[in-house]
Amino acid sequence: MNPTVDALRATFGDAIGRAHRARDGDAVVVVRRERLLDALRWLRDTPDQRFDYLVDVTAVEYRDRERPLEVVYFLRSLDRRADLRVKVELDPAGELAVDSVVTLWAGADWLEREVYDMFGITFHGHPDLRRILMWETYAEGYPLRKDFPLRGRFSRAEQVRQALNANPEAHYSLEELSIAQAHAELPADMRGRLERGERGTVPGSA
Amino acid sequence: MKHVATEVAGQSPNFLLARFQQLVDWAVNASRANSLWPMPFGTACCAIEFMATAASRFDFARFGMERQAFSPRQADVLICAGRLPFKLAPVIRRVFDQMPQPKWVISMGACASTGGVFDNYAMVQGIDTIVPVDVYVPGCPPRPEGLLYGILLLHKKIKGESLFDAQPRRDEQVLDERGLRLPPETINEISEPFGNSIHQFRSA
Repeated sequence: MNPTVDALRATFGDAIGRAHRARDGDAVVVVRRERLLDALRWLRDTPDQRFDYLVDVTAVEYRDRERPLEVVYFLRSLDRRADLRVKVELDPAGELAVDSVVTLWAGADWLEREVYDMFGITFHGHPDLRRILMWETYAEGYPLRKDFPLRGRFSRAEQVRQALNANPEAHYSLEELSIAQAHAELPADMRGRLERGERGTVPGSA
Repeated sequence: MKHVATEVAGQSPNFLLARFQQLVDWAVNASRANSLWPMPFGTACCAIEFMATAASRFDFARFGMERQAFSPRQADVLICAGRLPFKLAPVIRRVFDQMPQPKWVISMGACASTGGVFDNYAMVQGIDTIVPVDVYVPGCPPRPEGLLYGILLLHKKIKGESLFDAQPRRDEQVLDERGLRLPPETINEISEPFGNSIHQFRSA
């Protein structure tokens, strides 16, 4: 159907699942989880493919509880002006985990953190898998999952209490604060906190 | 407002003192009200209307807000323009704590006042659960005229205050040992869904 999908199938055999064309014309192909990293690396490095740009990583959970969760990779080849969507299906009863593609596209770092934050999908090999939108001590679960209540699991008062007890400065790592060089000049308490990697605890949970 | 002079004017031994206090209140309050320095805390579309209010056509410098203080330490009134996610709650609380007394807060727009349409897991349902609010400006977003009206209402409120109240209204409202400004029941009550939100389910 699509030359890229045909080439993928010829290379990876039955690791490539069903494929179809989305309504906007892009090809969508499902890849087995075990071969995902190989397939994506092949798509990036093969001269005929050259998918050098990872547009987005996201995930889908369907209302039908039987359907697997999908992690979706939006690929684009800037040279060839071609798009491809690669999907991985994850059984919700099993381990929600997939290999990280940060080694292939460095830009996947925050995208995978966002998927982890919102869906609770673990990315093996990610260098810094932390929550990115919600704060790190957020304890109510993964907001974009279908079993997550719209207003959260805790009462409003508890949500306000946890938010007010959060330490806004603890959201950032040493690298993000760009103070690695200025480390020696920092106040002692901040230096100690950064060295301990302390990001605060969930209030009242200890 | 008569705060001190309870006896009949002209016959009270406190008459001169009361007149003096009124004079002081008038001078102090007029100075404060007519030279409010706003601290903009703009998080969403309301901030666009806030900027329009500050710009030449509406120009709140006409009402003494000549200078926007982008540091809380030189600000008199905190204007929260836009929705406030829980992640920003400690931030606005710290900004408020850093402002010197006397200080006031304007909650601009539906989201800052009530959470607006964002009745979800991430959004503070009214910034009055975090900081004390003096004037709520309704609208989504309010037009600049609305914000100006709110500012004028705040002027009126400031001019009604007195330095000589036995209990100054503008006590520093610190957080209690739970880290909350209001009792939890109150927060739950004012965060209840209302309007169209009541048709949504609490659970998924």
